[in-house]
Amino acid sequence: MSERPPVTVRTAEEHGLTAEEWEKIVSILGRPPTFEELGVFSAMWSEHCSYKSSRAHLKSLPTSALHVIQGPGENAGAVDIGDGLAAVFKIESHNHPSFIEPYQGAATGVGGILRDVFTMGARPIANLNSLRFGAIDHPRTPQLVKGVVAGIGGYGNCVGVATVGGEVYFDAGYDQNILVNAFTLGIARHERIFRAAASGVGNPVIYVGSRTGRDGIHGASMASAEFAEDSEEKRPTVQVGDPFTEKLLLEACLELMESDCLVAIQDMGAAGLTSSSVEMAGRGGLGIEIDLDRVPQREEGMSAYEILLSESQERMLLVAQAGREPDVKRIFDKWDLQAAVIGRVTDDGLFRARWHGEEAVRIPVQPVSMQAPLYRRPAEEPKNLNEMQELSLASLPEPRDCEEALKKLLGSPNLCSKRWVYEQYDSLVRGHTVIGPGSDAAVLRIKGSARGLAVTVDCNSRYCLLDPYVGAVIAVCEASRNLAVSGARPLGLSDCLNFGNPEKPPVMWQFQQAIAGIRDACLSLAIPVVSGNVSFYNDTDGRSIPPTPTIAMVGLIDDVSRCLAQGFRRAGDVIVLLGRSREELGGSEFLATIHGQVRGTPPWIDLGLEKRVQGFVRAAAADGWLRSAHDVSEGGVAVALAECCLASPDRLGARVDLEPSMRSDALLFGESQSRVLLSVDRQQWPRLRDRAQRDGVPAEAIGEVGSPHLEIGDWIDVPLDELAAIWDGALERALRVVA
Amino acid sequence: MKWGVLVFPGSNDDQDALWALSSVHRQEAIPLWHKDPDLRGVDAVVVPGGFSYGDYLRCGAMARFSPVMQSVRAFAAAGGIVLGMCNGFQILCEAGLLPGALVRNRSLTFVCKRVWLRVENDRTALTRCCREGERLQIPIKHGEGCYFADESTLRDLEARGQVLFRYVDAAGEATPEANPNGALRSIAGVMNASGNVFGMMPHPEHAVEAIVGGEDGRKLFQSLIEELEERAARGGGSRRRTTGRAT
Repeated sequence: MSERPPVTVRTAEEHGLTAEEWEKIVSILGRPPTFEELGVFSAMWSEHCSYKSSRAHLKSLPTSALHVIQGPGENAGAVDIGDGLAAVFKIESHNHPSFIEPYQGAATGVGGILRDVFTMGARPIANLNSLRFGAIDHPRTPQLVKGVVAGIGGYGNCVGVATVGGEVYFDAGYDQNILVNAFTLGIARHERIFRAAASGVGNPVIYVGSRTGRDGIHGASMASAEFAEDSEEKRPTVQVGDPFTEKLLLEACLELMESDCLVAIQDMGAAGLTSSSVEMAGRGGLGIEIDLDRVPQREEGMSAYEILLSESQERMLLVAQAGREPDVKRIFDKWDLQAAVIGRVTDDGLFRARWHGEEAVRIPVQPVSMQAPLYRRPAEEPKNLNEMQELSLASLPEPRDCEEALKKLLGSPNLCSKRWVYEQYDSLVRGHTVIGPGSDAAVLRIKGSARGLAVTVDCNSRYCLLDPYVGAVIAVCEASRNLAVSGARPLGLSDCLNFGNPEKPPVMWQFQQAIAGIRDACLSLAIPVVSGNVSFYNDTDGRSIPPTPTIAMVGLIDDVSRCLAQGFRRAGDVIVLLGRSREELGGSEFLATIHGQVRGTPPWIDLGLEKRVQGFVRAAAADGWLRSAHDVSEGGVAVALAECCLASPDRLGARVDLEPSMRSDALLFGESQSRVLLSVDRQQWPRLRDRAQRDGVPAEAIGEVGSPHLEIGDWIDVPLDELAAIWDGALERALRVVA
Repeated sequence: MKWGVLVFPGSNDDQDALWALSSVHRQEAIPLWHKDPDLRGVDAVVVPGGFSYGDYLRCGAMARFSPVMQSVRAFAAAGGIVLGMCNGFQILCEAGLLPGALVRNRSLTFVCKRVWLRVENDRTALTRCCREGERLQIPIKHGEGCYFADESTLRDLEARGQVLFRYVDAAGEATPEANPNGALRSIAGVMNASGNVFGMMPHPEHAVEAIVGGEDGRKLFQSLIEELEERAARGGGSRRRTTGRAT
């Protein structure tokens, strides 16, 4: 080998490794690593790949249930959905690249999560995403929003997978670190779920998909460090997506999986060829040797180091049955894709890579994962938490004009219609979409079955900032509630844990609290965690994002024709409010938008009541007793009522009376949990009321559907057209989009 | 009747077209791979939506060179029914089988939503089950769906009744606000002068079932089915079949 730089502890530190980690590498190898080997360790032991700060805590999450086919640890999780089918899904972050280069960062985020799902043998049927941007009036925000949305659409539309839902929030806490969390749901037959464990000594290791280029080298390491002022200079570490090749790769891989040549398959994601080889060998308890000269390359003069660590997109590594190489090649030829045998499975437990006839890498596989660093980092409650949690309602003036407050809320960036965003996504392709974007949950039919799946992504990071434990409990509950109001029972969740720098004790404390919250809510509602992702180091110049444990949840509807949407359906129907309202405004959208304050404690949550409310809604929906259902969340009952009217196919208004049992602002805009708005046929209401009483669910008739206005007591009486005009175009106006 | 749905690398709505024809309309429908010039004796050809060849050069510009398109050209020349939807419409324009071109949406962004169409001519094979002036609600989803042609072409299209659909509002008026992509004269779909090749940006195959987006698109497929059955009864079908290598 020529020009191999000397490798010392200093080189290791430049690669983001610590002196102790360097010592560990030397002890594993019994010698100092080569430059290439150091690259392998730095990628595999990056926070992004090794979960070294989070692993110890993630173990406490409940991951099993009878219907779980695949829990965490594979490319994606899988749950049984009946008829011999499985729902395969995962959510993943692509935060750092999206801030540096919003279009490509978001696009490749979609590409990566799609590969995680179809690697398992599943046909992707839906994408969702959870997006957080800085304050809408921050100078960078409009460009970031436009770039990210165009990137998600550009990739997902071209690859032919429907984008059916998601969430978009704006908060100054994300000014320098936006969040792009991408989720994919696929469907696979049970017996055709593929895993990434190499087996069969002598089986060929085959590289398929795009050629390897110099893009994305050290992406995993970038995602494992804070941003500083030089983040612009990191643009070359962002990969470039090619959705057309992804589409071909998707079709070719699914076709290959229908044959019996395939043993194991793994996406080349973070840390590329290195991590896919090491992980496949590690899961199978075997070794892999590859010849880097045989890797299809996009340009001449690439080094072994670059080939090993390139994060070029749209590539897969697979292990095939020996002797079936021509069959694999034939399928990839059909789709005009590369397929090159680059190595074989060995029994020596080593990852070996040859380059120009010399061995550039020789690493024992097991220690890379088994002896990967594991940190129990110190945690400490943030010093300003008590101060932030203080909120005295007495010192907060009640609004003089609640109607004005409602209009302001409906026109605010977080509550206004996201139509401008989701109309840029193909939400229809492949014909599964029963309920698309803009609803509590998306609903997808399963072709050839009466069943359907409901999917949602949720997190209120303001609650999490004020109390990460309660915030995480609420994130799980709200996701589950969004499924319930669609008529679905939750089967499992995938979490995307976005936090700041874990080396800071207050961030670690937030992380631990959030994990505990997810765990407790999952145990209470009997929902397993089947996949997930941790994104740390969402910090810039020492400032961390609000803790954002995004929850993506999938549920099953036995009869999809009975699924529910939020819009009112028929004039004369009774409007019912389920759950208990408390006088609380802590962490509310009202407090932030009207008073410019983020403080107090998040709403109270009673997991027992939550469970009863959700069970009640699901059962009533399954029996066909309900016309519509909507979760009461940000903006409280008043905003939820407005949403039911605005989502009504016939733009039906409502006349509502609320018992003035508390301050008007808490009554109208408070965000008490475990509440749902229903509309039911008048004849049906007495029966529903009795059932609610029997089930221990508070239920109150608060009004009637039908009026060109939304009227709430003496506080609000506004024509729907006026509300619609405020709500519908607010985002375009705020982003200064010229039509 | 037997339908062929072309499959290019990057076709996405091919499965939806096959589903609409076979599962909803109970037709025999088969995929036709782009590398194979054999049309397998189909009675009608559907050019589906998607991003053929990634649409990296210009929408539809690559697909027209594929082997299957050479056969489709001959099939169309012999009077065979060809329907292009979205990317299929773009491909048929690029191939010279339909007049005009589809350019970037006025908004410069992709747009996916349900729109109203007004049927402008009900005396065509695609619209014979509709009434002139009837409104259909059908989704669009495209980034380059702005129909464009020079003034004299537009005049000829109008004069010969080749404009099939216009984007309209709920009241049936072709207003600028109801035009989702800036198409000239709000044109959403056209046919060739012989009345056997049809192109439209909206996706009728995504409007054939009440549970997923409505049923207004069924009228268009039903129209073509009736047309094909009538032709078969007249004995006109066999002539076209000879243009592909029958299997």
